[in-house]
Amino acid sequence: MLEVESLAVSYGAIKALHGIGLRVGRGEIVTLIGSNGAGKSTTLRAISGLVRPAAGSKIVYDGTSIASRPPHEIVRMGLVQSPEGRGVFPNMTVEENLELGAYVRSDRDGIDADREKALSLFPRLKERFRQSAGTLSGGEQQMLAMARALMARPRLLLLDEPSLGLAPQIVQVIFRIIREINAGGTTILLVEQNAHMALKVAHRAYVLEVGRIVMEGPAAELAASDQVKNAYMGRHA
Amino acid sequence: MDSRLGPAPPRAHWPPPRAHEQARGYYPPFTVLEKFLQTLMDGLAVGSLYALIALGYTMVYGILKFINFAHSDIFVLGAWISYATALFAGYNDLDPAAAGIQAAPFPVWVLYGLGGATFVALVVAGIPKLQGRPLSESARALLLGVTWAWACAGMALAARVLQGAGWSIVGGGAILICSMLTCGLVGFTLERVAYKPLRNAPRLNVLITAIGISLLLQNLGQLEWMFGTRPQGMPSLLPDAVLAEIGGSRPSPDADWTVQPVRIRLLDVIAAGTAIVLMLALDRLVFHTKIGRAMRAVSFSERNAALMGIPVDRVISFTFVLGSMLAAAAGFLYAQKYTKLGQTADTVWVLLGLKAFVAAVVGGIGNIRGAMLGGILIGLLEFFGVAYLIPQLRDVYVFGVLILVLLVRPGGILGSTAVEKV
Repeated sequence: MLEVESLAVSYGAIKALHGIGLRVGRGEIVTLIGSNGAGKSTTLRAISGLVRPAAGSKIVYDGTSIASRPPHEIVRMGLVQSPEGRGVFPNMTVEENLELGAYVRSDRDGIDADREKALSLFPRLKERFRQSAGTLSGGEQQMLAMARALMARPRLLLLDEPSLGLAPQIVQVIFRIIREINAGGTTILLVEQNAHMALKVAHRAYVLEVGRIVMEGPAAELAASDQVKNAYMGRHA
Repeated sequence: MDSRLGPAPPRAHWPPPRAHEQARGYYPPFTVLEKFLQTLMDGLAVGSLYALIALGYTMVYGILKFINFAHSDIFVLGAWISYATALFAGYNDLDPAAAGIQAAPFPVWVLYGLGGATFVALVVAGIPKLQGRPLSESARALLLGVTWAWACAGMALAARVLQGAGWSIVGGGAILICSMLTCGLVGFTLERVAYKPLRNAPRLNVLITAIGISLLLQNLGQLEWMFGTRPQGMPSLLPDAVLAEIGGSRPSPDADWTVQPVRIRLLDVIAAGTAIVLMLALDRLVFHTKIGRAMRAVSFSERNAALMGIPVDRVISFTFVLGSMLAAAAGFLYAQKYTKLGQTADTVWVLLGLKAFVAAVVGGIGNIRGAMLGGILIGLLEFFGVAYLIPQLRDVYVFGVLILVLLVRPGGILGSTAVEKV
């Protein structure tokens, strides 16, 4: 569904990605793990069109190259990102945030139906429906960010660090919902620092280290490898 | 009131003018209540125009985080475009010889005519080939610009026909729309040409560019084939009448002079009414429509807005168009109220735009309702200061309150420093 080849991105003189390649198949959960500054978020930003990749980079989604498309067209194609730090609009209500998620759609009935679906997936948001997003807790904001991304009816959902800064119970809830979303037919590319949880839900995984893919394979295999255990799962293993 | 802005509205003088002063056209003073009411009305009428201009400053600041100093020139341009279009439409009811006024040679019909012709040519030649294929960004911009010119030409012609048919009020409305459309296009072009290439540059660069654009517009407007360097008299496009008089003409206590009644002028009511209708429409647009929601999203974070599928560039263009249209409306209405148009670099007119900027800051820059409130407040402050304190310090009150607000509440009255929760 998504094929990335020799993707290179630099910020000025600093090279953030040195030509990485990854593949996401239809219906999969693929996770990209790595430490701070490895280039995980940059990868997602390049896929979403927020940063311009270097010449020669290939990003193919559903058979079309999206490497030089503006972000709003990419969203229109069903490739939706829930950004790092949630990126909810704090001065708007939960309702308005969800409406913004459905910005690319104009089928009123479909949007209303999807909103009900999203609210049943995240019952907490139903209670906060008319509250401004800035007053929500971190976990609720994360739920809102994910619900909002779902409102665009994504076929491929990019999640950037959904567990960042959340209490362990909330992290459990978030990952359970990630599985549910995937079970509903949405392909997911998940970027995480919490390698333990990410490898548990993912089918396949890539390990990113200072701008290069250093390992890849089925998530269970990586979770069992000593290298990953030592580098990324110290606290959990 | 500066003499260049035409006949001053009735207002108070102290000490009361003597007979020989009255003969020279001095306005006699009012009694306490009448003076207050008159000042209130003038303040509200001009304040609502400040509010209209302030909205443009505040919307652009909200989204791009810089002060578009060329905005005050859009306001002046709005007045001049309506003037040129009015002449084209046949509203030359001023006696040019008597008033020492010479019609500006600005060939408005050439602009609109060319635009219209290009549009027709484009439609005939280009559209069939483009069917099924998305237009490139520049082609879309060109098409939009030409459509715009065509719409303006239509409006100007309509105004001409309406004027000829004796429907001059409706024609005035058409000229207002024409001026708004033209300034909207100018705003769109400015953003594309001057500001968009600097989207990722430091804010200071954009600010300097804005000042440069402002000077450019001021000086372009003075070209002989544009509007020239002479002030002009604005034909009256809107009906004016005294709707009501509060209090009556009567001798003053010492019978030295005559107390004037408070006059509620239809023109003021129309000006303030138009401004308020436009502001309500804008408020509705920003807070209750999809494009408004997109504007607010972009103003919070361009990147996150883009991730919602919002075409950020288009929303920014839209914001510029909207702000410029409101400024044009303010220019039209102000020229109607004060009937004399200063040349495009005229300090008095440019200063009006700057006062609107003060209004935006006082209300809380970036806050739409704050701009409206700030505009009205600044208008009232200015007129009450002139009427009750020292009239010569007209501008001092406005800029003084700016300093005060910046010291006491730097975010403005309605502005607040957003608290973000992580």
